[in-house]
Amino acid sequence: MELVTFFETLWLARIPILKGIGVTVSISVLAILVGTILGIGVGLALTYGNRPLRWLVRGYTDFIRGTPVLVLVLASYYVLGTIGIDLGPFQAGVLALAVFCSSHVGEIVRGALQSIPRGQTEAAKAIGLTFPQTFAYVLGPQALRQVLPAWVNTAAEMVKASTLLSIIGVAELLLRTQELISRTFMSLEFYFFAGFLYFVVNYGIERFGRYVERKTSIPS
Amino acid sequence: MTGNLLEIRDLHKRYGEVEVLKGVDCTMAQGDVISIIGSSGSGKTTMLRCINMLEEFQGGSIRIDGEEIGYDTAGGTRRRKKEKEIARQRAMTGMAFQQFNLFPHMSAAENVMLGLVKVKKMARDEARIVAEKWLDRVGLAERRDRFPGQLSGGQQQRVAIARAIAMNPKLMLFDEVTSALDPELVNEVLQVIKDLARDGMSMLLVTHEMRFAYEVSSRVIFMNQGRIGEEGNPREMFLKPQTERLAEFLKTSTFN
Repeated sequence: MELVTFFETLWLARIPILKGIGVTVSISVLAILVGTILGIGVGLALTYGNRPLRWLVRGYTDFIRGTPVLVLVLASYYVLGTIGIDLGPFQAGVLALAVFCSSHVGEIVRGALQSIPRGQTEAAKAIGLTFPQTFAYVLGPQALRQVLPAWVNTAAEMVKASTLLSIIGVAELLLRTQELISRTFMSLEFYFFAGFLYFVVNYGIERFGRYVERKTSIPS
Repeated sequence: MTGNLLEIRDLHKRYGEVEVLKGVDCTMAQGDVISIIGSSGSGKTTMLRCINMLEEFQGGSIRIDGEEIGYDTAGGTRRRKKEKEIARQRAMTGMAFQQFNLFPHMSAAENVMLGLVKVKKMARDEARIVAEKWLDRVGLAERRDRFPGQLSGGQQQRVAIARAIAMNPKLMLFDEVTSALDPELVNEVLQVIKDLARDGMSMLLVTHEMRFAYEVSSRVIFMNQGRIGEEGNPREMFLKPQTERLAEFLKTSTFN
């Protein structure tokens, strides 16, 4: 009886829920994409940059990683406005998550690059490859395989962190769910359902990561 | 300009305060096979690595075919050449390493092809033919699509030698290429090097295999504390060492 009521309510609320999922996925994809691109830059700077650059970027990553994501989100929305950078809640939220993501990806990339034995670079040099070539054909492909599992983890973290944007009024899945609950009072059912949806998204990411890992694994 | 393939003049190399090469002179003609022996820390590997600029050096000069390697010293100032120029010069020599250093994410053939395609700008089909020819030469034609992780140490080292030699270098550098191998795998690698020597390849080898150095070399250099302690033809060197140091060193090394 109650289950039927739940499904009826769910059907009626399908549009806001789907919109919520759409926003959650958009936030996540944008944050992961921008964060990964920035993060690769961060990782390269940490590994190959000269000393001043390394210190600068090290300061950036340590600061960001030591700050709660929620604080980053709030700062991005409220503080940037006071210095004249007026972002909407969606943009501010994505910016905060992307910055957070970049510091994590940066560390992952640095770790992967530094774990490659020096002999690889030397062998590449010895056949006459320039550094950009060495990176493109020798170091990059090896680092990519190492980065993948940790990157999948970070990507899943970003999806979860996207819920924090509900605080600044971004109508993502969690906020839509809360709105729904305040109308229907079916908190248990809808929180559980939202949790299930997040799980589905993250499970998809994890499967995708596994698939790429399998595809790129080195025979031995 | 002299006709020497390799000409090293007064080579000095420091790591911070520690001077590891204290003025090394060495010349080598086309087709020479020179073994460098000596105890660890004597500077033999460092000398080899200076020749293809895997190590910077602070004094002296290295020339290959008359071309100054790594630095421009014209006009009294000493400036490191541009990276691109150094990369081009590195391709003049080939190097095989103690730890093989094959690229683990590429098959044997791809390892050999990489330099051909990216440095020599060869078409892939053409590069594949050259790679297969050299893999065949080192006895690994049927393993060309295997990955390094699927090959034994000796096979990996032979691929590494093929990778270096396929680039058609003027000079091959071998840095203790058998030191990391199980004893039963040493011979297959030494055999490949002997074949190359017979074909007239110019080679500079750092080695601990005294019997091999004796057999394959046209000349042997004994390095001692950053200098050349003694050099000569292998027969004289091994049978009638002139210096106390060399006699001492030969006594402690196995000659089998």
